[in-house]
Amino acid sequence: MESIESLPTVDTAKKLGLLPEEFDKIQEILGRKPNFTELSIFSVMWSEHCSYKNSIVWLKTLPKDSPRMLAKAGEENAGLVDIGSGLACAFKIESHNHPSALEPYQGAATGVGGINRDIFTMGARPIAQLNSLRFGNINLPRTKWLVKGVVKGIGDYGNAFGIPTVGGEVFFDDCYTVNPLVNAFSAGILKVGKQASAISYGVGNPVFIVGSATGKDGIGGASFASEDISEKSTEKLPAVQVGDPFQEKLLLEATLEIIESGCVIGIQDMGAAGIICSTSEMSAKGEHGMEIDLSKVPTRQANMKPFEILLSESQERMLIVVEQGKEEIAKDIFDKWDLNCEQIGVVTDSKRLRFYQNGELVADVPADDLVLGGGAPVYHREYKEPAYFKKYQEFDINSVKDVEEKDLGKVLNFLMNHPNIASKKWVAQQYDSTIGRANRNTNAPSDAAVVKVHGSDKSIVITVDCNARYVQANPEEGCAIAVAEAARNIVCSGGVPVAITNCLNFGNPYIPEVYWQFVGAIKGMKKACEAFETPVTGGNVSFYNQSSDEGPVFPTPTIGMLGILEQPELKLGLDFKAEGDLIYLVGKSVNDIASSEYLYSYQKVKESPSPAFDLAYEQLVQKAIAQLNIERLLVSAHDLADGGLMVALVESAFPGQLGFDIAATNLSVRNDAFWFGEAQSRVLVSVKPENKDKFEAILNGLKVDSQYLGTVKGADAKINGNVISSIKDAYISYDTALEKIINN
Amino acid sequence: MKFGVVVFPGSNCDDDTVGVIESLGHQAVKLWHKQTSLENCDFIIVPGGFSYGDYLRSGAIARFSPIMENVIKHANEGGYLMGICNGFQVLVEAHLLPGVLLRNNSQKFISKNIYLKTGTQNSLLTQALDANKAYKVPIAHAEGRYFADEKTIQTLKDNDQILFYYCDENGNINENSNPNGSLENIAGICNAQRNVFGMMPHPERAADIALNNVDGLEILKSIVNC
Amino acid sequence: MKFLAEINVMPQKEILDPQGKAVKIGLQNLGINQVSDARIGKHIQLQLEAGSEAEANQIVTDACKKLLANIIMEEFEFKLIQL
Repeated sequence: MESIESLPTVDTAKKLGLLPEEFDKIQEILGRKPNFTELSIFSVMWSEHCSYKNSIVWLKTLPKDSPRMLAKAGEENAGLVDIGSGLACAFKIESHNHPSALEPYQGAATGVGGINRDIFTMGARPIAQLNSLRFGNINLPRTKWLVKGVVKGIGDYGNAFGIPTVGGEVFFDDCYTVNPLVNAFSAGILKVGKQASAISYGVGNPVFIVGSATGKDGIGGASFASEDISEKSTEKLPAVQVGDPFQEKLLLEATLEIIESGCVIGIQDMGAAGIICSTSEMSAKGEHGMEIDLSKVPTRQANMKPFEILLSESQERMLIVVEQGKEEIAKDIFDKWDLNCEQIGVVTDSKRLRFYQNGELVADVPADDLVLGGGAPVYHREYKEPAYFKKYQEFDINSVKDVEEKDLGKVLNFLMNHPNIASKKWVAQQYDSTIGRANRNTNAPSDAAVVKVHGSDKSIVITVDCNARYVQANPEEGCAIAVAEAARNIVCSGGVPVAITNCLNFGNPYIPEVYWQFVGAIKGMKKACEAFETPVTGGNVSFYNQSSDEGPVFPTPTIGMLGILEQPELKLGLDFKAEGDLIYLVGKSVNDIASSEYLYSYQKVKESPSPAFDLAYEQLVQKAIAQLNIERLLVSAHDLADGGLMVALVESAFPGQLGFDIAATNLSVRNDAFWFGEAQSRVLVSVKPENKDKFEAILNGLKVDSQYLGTVKGADAKINGNVISSIKDAYISYDTALEKIINN
Repeated sequence: MKFGVVVFPGSNCDDDTVGVIESLGHQAVKLWHKQTSLENCDFIIVPGGFSYGDYLRSGAIARFSPIMENVIKHANEGGYLMGICNGFQVLVEAHLLPGVLLRNNSQKFISKNIYLKTGTQNSLLTQALDANKAYKVPIAHAEGRYFADEKTIQTLKDNDQILFYYCDENGNINENSNPNGSLENIAGICNAQRNVFGMMPHPERAADIALNNVDGLEILKSIVNC
Repeated sequence: MKFLAEINVMPQKEILDPQGKAVKIGLQNLGINQVSDARIGKHIQLQLEAGSEAEANQIVTDACKKLLANIIMEEFEFKLIQL
């Protein structure tokens, strides 16, 4: 151990991102002053990224129980949900915002790598990926650089790894110009009872590090993720990690093989804070300790310091505790896949982590005091309603001039060319979406991604949703809407929502107005998740998404939802299928344009409340859609979202290039509210004429409103006798707008 | 017919390929790249993926894997061999098929449905296909731009070695229906002896009624129904 | 004055080079076991006009920093040849 004189002071602790009281607490835990290695251990383990110290109080209020839950939030690397027939789905979403802001290609690529490791470390083979991306002003060269880099990074990594990317969202707003959001989602399947656990126990069991060698990349990345982006962070650039999807693919196969072999006690991937995070979390969970010889860790560089080895975030590595006597099984498997597999230590009964290098004890810390739920600090942060909130609520719809019917085509054209509404084809085509023979949307689009689970009749139905503009306008309502929209997308695809994962992207939690947004969002999520019986299985919190000059990003609690589709034939598509089918709007038209893309971008009114939303009515609408689908009365169903009814209509028209003839006069609401408003709980459906009576009877029985709009007809968008656009023209704008902007 | 699907480190369409062959009622075994035996397989498939991460050049490192010696021998002795996507790149690197596969002219990875028209019915792979039909099959590659010198292209034509052209949904073969800049819209070829096949599109990904597209299955059926 | 700049862009030493690593394994599989490390970068040649060698130096450095190398992950070196 280092001599007393060289021991770090509270100043060093501060530089490592620790508070003075945290430094005191560390001394109390150790009963002495920490050395530098120990101090850096605490600094990363007690960072927000690893400890959730500023968020856990509120996260604990979220519902996490359901009979389907096999691993609850926080217990394992990802949530695990029983999907029936002896199968379970592991799924999770995670952010890689700050690394992507600095080096978009590698930042996004390693984000994809990390989330997939979370899935396969549980023994699940990933079958589908989604991502949720938010960028700033798309006309700025830096934003284009970020978009191109992030998309290529996700594509190159995911494509080589060999798991399809089947959907996602891309959203642009000035608030993300400095700090883009890159959230990656992955879902995998395993057989119930075959899951691996992130645990360590059994004195004498060997501890292995497997996969890539450890380099100096990403050291301090965990602390780095917990600081504002400022001028200074450019100096930390070596913190970028490089991803190697080829290694990840090998690691996937080897990991699944070793778990299947039955020699594994516990396994955890190395994400943030590398070796120290996996050794401490596994040990704390299993109530054991470890003795680790850092000299045995395969390294890419000579003479790495203990803290560098412990904190390195080199990618594509796992920590595995193997049952004593079965070491050779493990070694043979990793040898087959040309991967490192080195024993670096053993499990002890001390509940302490003792790290040695060249025979010398370099750190000695209690495992439990490092981790969430153990000794890691927990803070109640102050929160305060921001001044803007009241102002937003004062919005008066009458201050905006309504759209005249003759201008509907003009607004439609504007929206088709808006990057938030236009097709994301430019992005999606860079992702392999067909590998795995499982993507059921390739030839039949639905609101949510429908992915076949091989070896069963089932599909999983997955989606990522969050309209952050709504959350900004009203965190509680906005976040409830995000959950509701995710559920609606799943129901409109024929699925039954079962659980969510969340990625909570917010600003600096030490700013009370930002923390107020966080608290509100959690309250809204709780309310909605309880209503839909979709517990939260885990996820990740990303604070400090802001820059010193531009304030925080919109509060963005991205919801990743999992649904199940039991019978293949119940899959619902969003597209009109035949001329003559009847088009209905299910749900209520409301005189509301609040926070719509139309109001925000076309009318340029930035301050308004979140759109009209009634959770109980939303449940009713979803129930109605589900029942109509079970009775096979729907030809298509498409959720009304950005751009409202008009955008939903043309989106349903595009795949088959089938037009519509709609008569909607004497409206009970304003024109703009009817056509472009984003009031929630509405679904556009098409129905066979012969099913008209049955369809209406079910809705009447459930007391769900509906409005007959017209029929699927021709190749034009025809409203009240006037062609406002041909479907082809609208489609060309929609199809090419984003590409044109990016290549401009 | 017994199929062998070669698995390199980084192959990722091996499961898909095995799955589809089995769905056709035929046996398919995986052949690990470190082994040398072809396990008496009649038809060898080099599947898609990113063998060795596609580092250096697609297919360049895989081509020297231990199993490749016997795969090449198998082909030279007239055994059936097919490369799909990355597998096509490997067979080209191994000089079992003429030409090269360059980076797409968009310089980007492209994942989408394209349409294929057969260039000849005179091959195991296309014998059962409809010459007038445009087959819808996905592509997913960054390096699929088929290129060869004029003489080679002429030879391919003279010998009727062009199996597939990229076309539009109506069967038109033109610049607009060329997704990656391949010379003459070439999407798949065979060797002069007609036992080695290579194609960039993934027929195995369009072979399931649950995915609403079985055009690829027809191509694979052409092999087994001989 | 006309110059030819011969530029090498390489991944930074501390940073993982997945491509180099795979090539090293590939060479070893071929029996070329003497190879202990492989790193892969880019070689770029630029022709340019400049008033002096110092100015050319400045221009090429600028080009490398701004575009040719991703200085977050790569390092560059070059030599100038007067034509």
